[in-house]
Order: sequence, then structure tokens, then C-alpha cells
Amino acid sequence: MNNFFRQFRLLLLAQFREFYREPEVLFWTFAFPIAMAWVLGIAFSGEREQQKNVAWVQHYTNKSVGYLFNGLEANGYKIISEQEKNVRSARFGSEEEGFTKVKFIPADYRSAEEMIKKGKATLIIVDYSDSVSYHFDHGNSDAYTTYLLLTNKLSVRNSINPSIKKLETPGLRYIDFFLPGLIAMGIMSSAMWGISFTLIERRSKKLLRRMVATPMNKNAFLLSVISGRIILSFFESLILYLFALAYFSTEVTGSIIALLLVFLAGNICFSGIAILTSSRTAKSQVGNGLINAITLPMTVCSGVFFSYHNFPEWLIPYIKILPLTILADDMRSIFIESAGLGEVLPGVVILTLLGSIITFIGAKIYKWY
Amino acid sequence: MTHPIIQVTSVSKAFKEVRAVRELSFNIYPGEFVALLGPNGAGKTTMMEMIEGIQFPDSGVIRIDNSAWKENPARLRSLLGISLQETHFIEKLTVKETLELFASFYHESHIKISEVLHLVGLEEKSSAYTKNLSGGQKQKLALGIALLNKPQIILLDEPTTGLDPAARREVWEILHRLRQERGMTMILTTHYMDEAEFLCERIIIMDKGQILAEGTVDQLLARFNKSEKIEFGTDREIDPAIFPKDNLLKYDYLGIKWELIVNDIVNYLPGLLTEMKQREITLRSLECKKMTLDDLFITLTGRSLNE
Repeated sequence: MNNFFRQFRLLLLAQFREFYREPEVLFWTFAFPIAMAWVLGIAFSGEREQQKNVAWVQHYTNKSVGYLFNGLEANGYKIISEQEKNVRSARFGSEEEGFTKVKFIPADYRSAEEMIKKGKATLIIVDYSDSVSYHFDHGNSDAYTTYLLLTNKLSVRNSINPSIKKLETPGLRYIDFFLPGLIAMGIMSSAMWGISFTLIERRSKKLLRRMVATPMNKNAFLLSVISGRIILSFFESLILYLFALAYFSTEVTGSIIALLLVFLAGNICFSGIAILTSSRTAKSQVGNGLINAITLPMTVCSGVFFSYHNFPEWLIPYIKILPLTILADDMRSIFIESAGLGEVLPGVVILTLLGSIITFIGAKIYKWY
Repeated sequence: MTHPIIQVTSVSKAFKEVRAVRELSFNIYPGEFVALLGPNGAGKTTMMEMIEGIQFPDSGVIRIDNSAWKENPARLRSLLGISLQETHFIEKLTVKETLELFASFYHESHIKISEVLHLVGLEEKSSAYTKNLSGGQKQKLALGIALLNKPQIILLDEPTTGLDPAARREVWEILHRLRQERGMTMILTTHYMDEAEFLCERIIIMDKGQILAEGTVDQLLARFNKSEKIEFGTDREIDPAIFPKDNLLKYDYLGIKWELIVNDIVNYLPGLLTEMKQREITLRSLECKKMTLDDLFITLTGRSLNE
């Protein structure tokens, strides 16, 4: 037993030494997630004025002004000439609800399509003498928002003016939605790249082979790999949280014990998946592909950046059983919905069981040589 | 002779279409230094890895100190010291930390790292990251790891491949010293004939998964009946009829030079030179040498060891 712990301690120490002696790794582990939280937190915080670009195709002949500007001016909006040639803009909103500036960039229809292709505009507005028509991809929510905004501003105002309020209370902002997801994604990435990729590389460089050519305890080895990753992931998440607390005043409203349990369960689950992923191959390229094949769909679907409720209805039940969805949802409910142990217990049990079973299978089929 | 410490009996191993090792049998006795000599693809590493317990034979039996791998793997791991062909280490660990890590895998709690560092001549590099070691230093570290548990048997797979001559010589010196001081048994694979000759008393020549010849250097070269080789080039074409017949075993024209296999160079060469002088033939090159293991390999297979 003593020997087991001696091996475990030195294997764990080797991981930490390898980690803190690589400044680049320190950056990608700690600084990058903070930078991402900061950039996205700011980008979606609504602090700055939003801007929408529209390709403006003038289709009127005799008059000097088409329906678009006539209509907007009739409703009291000022058309501004921008510095770029012939570009006009209008500014909508108020201090209370925030401002949106729409830029109308003149183009013929062909170059307007080019602008859409290149992402320079999301919507084409064809301006006739007495009406306008909108051309855009209905699946593009940004284009749809611009369309709704312009139709609203061009329509005759009715007597009831709905008021718009900005949500700034902690818990209701984008950063509050995003941070728990980012921590969950960090746990997944840390395990998948930190465990899978490292082990595959050690196999390809025949270091694993060299290690098991000694009487090394394989369980001590795997346990040290998982433990090392959990400890690193803990500090990574803690630093990210402290940053969000200091900068965005994001607080944990639920149970800290529940949060720690969810964190641990998530780590066990993704460590298991990482060990299974790395169990057979000795090629880094294959490892890269496998890790991406597992992490990318979850990163996109599991509601880390945006809610998965925007996906088609039939897909949502499948998304909900993805480990990252379970982890991110539970984290989010503790962070912003004041959830306690009771609410997250099913998720904790599922993630722990899944991780344990997968680790067991991975260890059984593990190719050491 | 005493009981063999390693017994390999009718061992075969195939990978898909390739039969890497075919019905191989040999014994290694305690204290012997034995070389498995052969070109790339001869099956040396596969054979070695089966002895190391890293791979298992399709058929046949390997017994080490009377145990098979499936019977008591932990005991056999403790008996063996292994240096694999081309090992990478954890790059940001120092030499000393690497040795400490590997030492923890053995049950002996009193492994002296400083002793191992001294043995392989890496004391000055003990604080260097393994990433910054030269090829020779990495090989010495691999050797140090192999020696951590004071093994009875040491198995080295191409320990000097890719090293420059000075580094090779240093590794040889360490192994030579180990032999004298520790009296351990060693098997090494190599395709360097001089390495096998310098380090090992017994050589097993392998090709295509089979043993071609086996014995001490003297026993192997005795196959040539003490024959020796003269190689020379001339300024013009010559008729082989001018070669003195006495002591001449064989001759061959190799495109740019003649190769004569003779019984005794000292007796043969004066006669040959006299014949050439009489015909006013000028020598462009002349080389006299004893037959080597490479020559033996060429005789047996038609190919050189280094091909």
C-alpha cells in the first residue's frame, strides 16, 4: 500500500511539474478562459451601441428619395449621412432601452448579394417609390431582428407605445448564463485534452510502454492522471469564477456543496470519457480527431454559449442527455437559480455512474504497449 | 554449463502477413553477454519484446529463471532491466526526477539514485530537463532506468543506434564496466557488428525471423577456415589467370576492384605483387583484412548487415 501511494505521489508530482514548467500551458489553462469570459461578457452585455448593416438597393427613378427614408422621417427618425460615400444611417432606441444603429449601404442587387455572402450585411432592402421589400435568410436570427426593427419603425405608430427595459440584475445577464457553461466546458476540455491527448502522446512516444515494462501499478497511474486533472481543473474553474465575481459580480446563489459535487461528478465523467478515448490509438492525429468528434458537438449543442432550446424540438431530448448539457444545466441552476443538492442529485448520480463505468471499460481495454 | 537463465523454445510471432519470428530457439546462461545481430527487420526487436513480456508469442515457450510471463509477471519485471529502442521521457522532468519516478515503480525502497547517476555518468546532468539531453545522454538515462532495480538480466534494444561514434564508445564503456562489476546477464540487439564483437561473447545472427548462425566471434569466423581478404584496384583490366593459385580460395571482380579470398595474406601477397610488377600493372588501391561478421552475413544471405 505504501508503495502504491509513493508511486501515486510521484506520478502526480510529475504531472504538476510538467504543467507549471510550461508557461504556454499556464496561459491556455488560466488566462484564455478568463479572456473568453471577459470578451463575451462584454460583447453581450449591451453596454455599447449595436450596429446592423443593411444592403440598400435603390429602385426608384423619378424621385430623389424612396419610401424607406420618407417613411422613417415621417415617423420622426433622422437620416444621417455617414462619412462613407452615399451611406446613410438611422439610430433607434433610447438611453433606457439601448441604441441600435442601422447602416444603409447603397448597392445594386448583385453586389448586395455579394455583401450577404461576405457577411458585410445580413439583409437586403429594396427601396421602391412607394414601398420596400426585404430579402434575407429567415433562419438568420440577426437578419430577422433587423427586419422586425425596420418594419416596426416604418409602420404607422399606434397609440400604445410598449416600453422596453434593459435587464441588468445579476443572474439575468448573458454573463450569468455563460459563466456556468464556460466552467462546464472547461472541465470537459481540460479532461479531454489534458488526459486523452497526453496519454495518446505518451503511448506514441513509447513512454507508456517503458513505464509498464516496470512493476508500475497501473491503477496508481490512472488514478494519478485523473486526480491531477481534477486538481488542475479545480483551480482553473476557481480562478475563472473569482474573475467573474470581481468583474461582473457573478455570484453563486445556490449550494456550494452541491456545486462541488457537480464539479466532481463532471470531472469523473469526462475523465472516464477521456480514458476511453485514449485507450487504443497511438496516433496523435487520430487522437485529435477523436477528441474533436466528442467535444465539438457538445460544445455546439449543450447550451454553453446559447440556449439549446433554439434547436429543433425533436433534437432537444437528445441534447439533454449529453454529459456536457447535464453538467452545464446543473451548474447554471446552482449559479443562478439557487438550486441545492436535491435538484442536482440526479445529474450528479448520472455523471458519476457514467464516468465510473466508462473508466472501468477504458481501463479494461487499455493498450499499454 | 549451469541451467539457462533464459530459455527460448520454438517461438514464433506473426503480424498480419509478416512472420516476424519463426520457430526460434536458444538459451542464455547466467552471466553471459549475448548479441542478437541482424539487419533491420530481422525480428530482433520482436524477439526482445517477447522476452521483455511486452509481446507474447503465437506459439512456443519463453522461460526466464524458470518462470513464464503468465505465471509470475511481477517477479519477472523485478528480475529484468529494460532499455527499449528509442525511449522518450517526460520532457519537463529532470534526469534525477525521472530516475526517482521510475525507482518508485520498484518495490525496493532503498534505490540510490546518486549511485545510478554515477554508474551511467550523468551526475552533471542530474538537474537538466530530459528534453535538453543529447542522444547519447538520453541513451545513458534509459540505461540508468534499466539499472535502477539492480536487475539480474539486462535487455538492451539497439542501445547505440543513431549515436555518434564518441557517444557509442561511452555507452560501450558503461556496459563493459557493468559486466566486470556486476556480473549480470545481458542480451542486446544491434545491427553494428563491432558493437556485438566488443561487448558480447556470444552472437546470434538473425535474418527474416530465423537464426542464421550462433557462437562466439571466433567460432563464427572459423566457418571461413581462417580465410582473409585482399581487395585491390588497378589502372587497367587484368586477366585473373595471373593470380597465383597457391593459397587462393576464391576471387571475384566487384566492378571497380578485385576481391581475393586467400588462406594467408602474408604468404600470398608477395607473389601477387611480383606478378603485377612483371606486367607493369599499377595498383590504384590495396586493402588487406581479416574476414568479419558482416562478411559472414553476406556469405549467408547475399546482403550486408547495414542494408
